[in-house]
Amino acid sequence: MATIRLAVNGNLYTVDADPATSLLTVLREHLDLTGTKYGCGEGQCGACTVLIDGKAQRSCITTVGTVSQKQVTTIEGLASGNRLHPVQEAFLQAEAMQCGYCTSGMIMSAVALLQRNSTPKESEIIDFMDGNVCRCGTYARIVRAIQNAVKPMAVPAGKGAGR
Amino acid sequence: MTEVAHAHISIEPERYELTAAAPYRFDLDRREFFRFLGGGILVVSLLKPAAIAQESGGAGRRSDSLPKEIDAWLHIGDNAKITVYSGKAEMGQNIRTSLSQAVAEELHVPIANVEMVMGDTQLTPFDMGTFGSRTTPTMNLQLRKVAAAAREMLIGLAAAQWQIDRQHLIAADGRITDPANNRAVEYAALTKGQQLTQAVTAETPLISAARWKVAGQSALKVDGVDFVTGRHRYPSDQKLPDMLYGKVLRPPSFGATLASVDMQKAEQMGATTVRDGNFVGVAAASSELAAAAVAAIHAEWKSEPQPSSKDLFDYLRKNEVAGEDPTGDGDRYDVGAVDEALRSADHRMQQTYTVSYIAHVPLEPRAALAKWDGDNLTVWTGTQRPFGVRGQLSEAFRIPEDRVRVLMPDTGSGYGGKHTGETAIEAARLARAAKRPVKLVWTREEEFTWAYFRPAGVIDVTSGVRSDGTITAWEFHNYNSGSAGIRSYYEIPNQRIVFHATNSPLRQGSYRALAATANHFARESHMDEIAHAVKMDPLEFRLKNLKDERLRAVFEAAAKQFGWGRSKVAGQGFGMGGGYEKLGNIATFAEVEVDRNSGDVKVARVVSAFACGAIVNPDGLRNQIEGSNVQGLGGALFEAIEFDNGKILNGRMSQYRVPRFSDVPILETVLLDRKDIPSVGAGECPMIGLAPAIGNAIFDAAGVRLRSLPLVPNGLKVG
Repeated sequence: MATIRLAVNGNLYTVDADPATSLLTVLREHLDLTGTKYGCGEGQCGACTVLIDGKAQRSCITTVGTVSQKQVTTIEGLASGNRLHPVQEAFLQAEAMQCGYCTSGMIMSAVALLQRNSTPKESEIIDFMDGNVCRCGTYARIVRAIQNAVKPMAVPAGKGAGR
Repeated sequence: MTEVAHAHISIEPERYELTAAAPYRFDLDRREFFRFLGGGILVVSLLKPAAIAQESGGAGRRSDSLPKEIDAWLHIGDNAKITVYSGKAEMGQNIRTSLSQAVAEELHVPIANVEMVMGDTQLTPFDMGTFGSRTTPTMNLQLRKVAAAAREMLIGLAAAQWQIDRQHLIAADGRITDPANNRAVEYAALTKGQQLTQAVTAETPLISAARWKVAGQSALKVDGVDFVTGRHRYPSDQKLPDMLYGKVLRPPSFGATLASVDMQKAEQMGATTVRDGNFVGVAAASSELAAAAVAAIHAEWKSEPQPSSKDLFDYLRKNEVAGEDPTGDGDRYDVGAVDEALRSADHRMQQTYTVSYIAHVPLEPRAALAKWDGDNLTVWTGTQRPFGVRGQLSEAFRIPEDRVRVLMPDTGSGYGGKHTGETAIEAARLARAAKRPVKLVWTREEEFTWAYFRPAGVIDVTSGVRSDGTITAWEFHNYNSGSAGIRSYYEIPNQRIVFHATNSPLRQGSYRALAATANHFARESHMDEIAHAVKMDPLEFRLKNLKDERLRAVFEAAAKQFGWGRSKVAGQGFGMGGGYEKLGNIATFAEVEVDRNSGDVKVARVVSAFACGAIVNPDGLRNQIEGSNVQGLGGALFEAIEFDNGKILNGRMSQYRVPRFSDVPILETVLLDRKDIPSVGAGECPMIGLAPAIGNAIFDAAGVRLRSLPLVPNGLKVG
């Protein structure tokens, strides 16, 4: 056991945990941030994706000891108050989910993609997102949502901010 | 196939849907109802409307008892809040939205005014379970009736208040209006101070699909914001104060029995341990500690030799078991004189098709949180059958069902894989020992190993056909995979169709579309083979032997959208498959690209035409069809469970390939909206045409006939 300081969604936390514990376990069990999901435990499905210093990482294979100096963002940290992040809004509008269990990880991966490439081609979206599994098969809608998410940033002024 | 033939194919639970417990006889004092719900209007829907009409007389009831055998109810409170109670479960098929639409339509209110309470054995009426594409044809209709009866009651209340003939009144936008006298009253003002109950009667008028305004339109997921923000709490996200984490020690192979166990180290680590027969498990303060404690247990198991996947199909053929057909879905169908017709046919063909076991891989594995209060047990768990799980818990702990409450927070998918209550029982057993709530979430490996699989099968097809392409004889034997979709919809005068129950080396059960996928794969592949044998176009050949108008319509619509008959480039192939299942009709056309050097097979485009009566939520329906095609790609192309001597060999996500972004073809969907036909479900039928369409397209591209699912787990060997 060790005392580990964590910065998650802009909040500072101190947790008592073995540094070898997965970040996923700490988020879910210690911090009750359950939006990040367990899917496979071996980094193969992407359900547990979070941003670590802005990069998409699989929290199930990331040990908590390695992130204490870094900024962690989870799905709970994306919206500002009631105002959804454009990627969240785009997923909603494209109905890019069925059971929704993969949605957190999909959105976090998409946010990471758009941060480094704001106008990805369809093939770039597919390449980047291929590590995220949706068993309900909503992939085509997710691609559409990611493409649409870019648009609100360039919407006509009339539409204004907020929703 | 005629309408009559359609009608006698029922959508009762199938062989592998796992039988349900006897229906709970709902019996509540109506005063209890209002104590719980608050005043207002209560409308109940009953399983046997005829008997109830007698009992209730159709008017607003004021007696103190309610009829039994309620299957849904709706309450409009003093605050105009509409709450609907249904035992159905939501796991991504989007019924929380489509059922809300049905209620909103009949009550003339916005969808947002409707709240659905689902899958809670204490709050909702008994329901056998959510499977078999039954929600739309049954519950959707029942809720429309309930909402319509509520609307008629509100009109009646307004008519009484204004002392006017109800015929002059209109329900719209949450109000009853009297246009002639230019007045209106809100529903809430009418329900205030009331305690009225009403049963649905046969006379309750429903709004016809042609006049739908809310139903029939695409609607976004009612609680979509909770999913994109991570706020929704799935079963595995549930938490209680003082909760412990559970973990079960798994045997090294199926059916192994415990010879000895030493749990001392686990106990020294601070875990609560349980050994009860073959059940060994722990509860601890964290999931990590629970896992470590289980790893510290030393156990000796006794195992028996078991079959392996390489001998699977031989095993199934040799292990037929006699037994009653538990579901009446037909083990044998004979018509005409098959043997004679085969002898006199111009062409005869005999082929065998096989289907492997596959896993559901719901992204949320099974999970349960269990809590005891004295002898009362409450369990939150992900299941398609909350009432079935309640029955299992009652049996496992030898307590009456009324001491068990099962709640089903909308779960991370099921696909037929969450009918049973293993995690519920395991968590409850550990919670009883620990005297604290226990949560237990299966790992992916546990989910792959200790759930159940879609049945594997062997199918022999023998056919006789005249040179002009008329099929005269059809013999079809299915070993193990099941009898859903086993009957042919082609017009064939001489048929022998037999389902052979066999022992199964692995635990098997429901899976989206179940055996209909296997039976359609065999039938539609075989149809393609005959078409080539008699040198006919596969579409023309099908239509020549098909009378059913609805099925012809989907084949023709899909062919048109696909551009059937257009020219191909090298390596490209086109194929089709289709059929009838769960009251829906589907035709699927696939375009594949085969790389003859690498053996890579890419499904480039899939066109589906689907008819399911009057469409309730067009975009939700498209989502289901697209999802069926994407999920279906896995079983068609590469998914197969490998096993040996009681062990699963590929039970991890890194070893078992599921469809990903890069596998997804262009998906085009044609919806045939039939407002004159009752709405039916769409979760399963759209999947059944895909595998044969792909197999037939591969033959078209490469001249290689594949007769086993998955078709190309290791790519295609050409030449």
